[in-house]
Amino acid sequence: MRCPRILLPALALALVVLSAAPAAGQGEEVPAGRGFGARFLQALIDGVQFGVIIAITAVGLSLVFGTIHLINFAHGEFVTIGATFAFFLNASPAGPGWHLIPAAAAAVLFGALMGAAVDRGLWRPLRARGTGLINLFIVTIGLSLLLRHIVLVLYGTRPASFAQYDIQEAIDLGPVGITPRDLTVTLLSILVLLGVAALLQRTRIGTAVRAVSVNRDLAEASGIDVQRVVLVVWMFGGALAALGGVFFGLVEIITWDMGFKLLLLMFAGIILGGLGSAYGAMVGSLVIGIVAQVSTLWFPVDLQYAWALLVLIVVLLVRPQGILGRRERVG
Amino acid sequence: MDFSVIVSDALRSGIGPIAAIYALAAMGLNLHFGYTGLLNFGQVGFMLVGGYGLAVTVATYDGSMWLGVLSGLGCAIVLALLLGAPTLRLRADYLAITTIAAGETLRLFYRSSWAEPVTGGVFGLQRFAGDFYDLNPIPRGTYGVWLVEFSSQDLWVLTVGWGLVVVVGTLLALLVHSPWGRVIRSIREDEAAPRSLGKNVYAYKMQSLVLGGVLGAVAGMLQAIQVQSVNPDSYDPAVTFFLYTLLVLGGAGRILGPVVGSILFWFVLTFLDSALRQAIGAGYISPELISTSEVGAVRFALVGLALMLLIVFRPQGILGSRKEMLLSGR
Repeated sequence: MRCPRILLPALALALVVLSAAPAAGQGEEVPAGRGFGARFLQALIDGVQFGVIIAITAVGLSLVFGTIHLINFAHGEFVTIGATFAFFLNASPAGPGWHLIPAAAAAVLFGALMGAAVDRGLWRPLRARGTGLINLFIVTIGLSLLLRHIVLVLYGTRPASFAQYDIQEAIDLGPVGITPRDLTVTLLSILVLLGVAALLQRTRIGTAVRAVSVNRDLAEASGIDVQRVVLVVWMFGGALAALGGVFFGLVEIITWDMGFKLLLLMFAGIILGGLGSAYGAMVGSLVIGIVAQVSTLWFPVDLQYAWALLVLIVVLLVRPQGILGRRERVG
Repeated sequence: MDFSVIVSDALRSGIGPIAAIYALAAMGLNLHFGYTGLLNFGQVGFMLVGGYGLAVTVATYDGSMWLGVLSGLGCAIVLALLLGAPTLRLRADYLAITTIAAGETLRLFYRSSWAEPVTGGVFGLQRFAGDFYDLNPIPRGTYGVWLVEFSSQDLWVLTVGWGLVVVVGTLLALLVHSPWGRVIRSIREDEAAPRSLGKNVYAYKMQSLVLGGVLGAVAGMLQAIQVQSVNPDSYDPAVTFFLYTLLVLGGAGRILGPVVGSILFWFVLTFLDSALRQAIGAGYISPELISTSEVGAVRFALVGLALMLLIVFRPQGILGSRKEMLLSGR
């Protein structure tokens, strides 16, 4: 059971590439201009790129849900804070003007610290107080509103880009093109996702995380320090969210509400994949990213997020436990 | 700093049309969250379909206002059924995610270029509220006592708004004290209990969702009429969070909770807003720290903080009972 599950993200990728192959053939038949096949393939590549970025941010959200059953509506703000923190270090006139790579590393570290801070400073005391789960959802909503508007005051409403890798010439790959920046981001994202999977499967702490999300009481009884696992999951989620924010800011643009927009896509991704499962979040997010980009072939661009969110509702109707979810009673 | 301006602003907002509109929408949310325990994070979606139902019927298709009201209510019922059908059988968290996503999806659809011929896209719709103001029996002019002044138009919206609050509040009070109300409250406390007594929990939840959604739509229509325009971007998800804040402030699960909450919420919010602006204008707060254009953002941040503090330290708000609001919800 272990091997097939870890292979699934890779399988999904392979499937995407395979399904793209005939389309590429069609594209070559129409060399003049860009035929449907080429446009489809381009949208697919953009979709994979978008999907892996959503996946990076969504994994943390799904792991937090898996371990403490909290839906963190403030997770999107971690993404925004990661991106804007890197922007401050990298390109802001008030900042030190670091190169993007150290700035991104600092943002990831900051994200991890932020995750640890909210767990120690907010969620643990609240859990100790015995605040109800539904009330905790509302606390995350309040936290999201608070953080988002602090970012708005500090960062402002103007969209911006990082100082490096802003404008690049696309590498021509026959019917499609991709900039070196986007290619690097996509490959790095895939590497990070594989790393997360390896961490979950191979290391002690990864095993502990999976044990806690399967059965918290049993894990505690087996001598796993659940509080420490939860802390690690929060730090992990915060770091990945910040990294996803930097990546998204790199390939798209940094705005004060980017995280909240991404949050809804993350939700769609993790529900599609199966609430609480890290691999489900990866597969689901990939599908959502592809749906969002491929929909632009037929529908206006300003609706691309809307289609992804419609997928969410359809999934709930057809298969509420998601692709990889455990078939438990969810009602 | 002119304190009379601050107090006047705050009072006008606390008893004005906005407070009545939010009280109505929050009454619907109260039925969902306070009585049935449904975590609806997309009440703004119901306001949107209500407002647009009215505006599209009148402005795009030249229908009458009453037809518009009917279509707004119809849209809200359809939306509630669409949202409820997949999620009400599932755990509470699924409804929360789906409703927040649905509210945002609706906003994206209504503002898209694709829907522009009908909804006006990013520009929204105007000139549909004439019929409502033609019914206004109050002669033109401004009316006021002490520091508070309203134009006859605002006074008319305000009268209708608070009138609706009284009517809806009375009906809701009768409803929640009926056998139906006992069932939905028992669903909030423990879903398994009413189910084991043979109640169709799914149907009761659906009825509650539809009813509360319709109230949201009524509030949306009144809001559209008050500002005499609909614009997709005024239906931000933050509106729902405002509603939660004032509901928790007033006391969820109480008929008067949303009313008291809305009045107090808008009074305090506008007081802070106006005071901040005055303080910046008078130079007490350096514009370097907060400029007037950032006051709006500071206001939102404060609402978020207030919501967190309220739900942690006083989940029952002003009027509620603490025992009822310790929802563990699984």
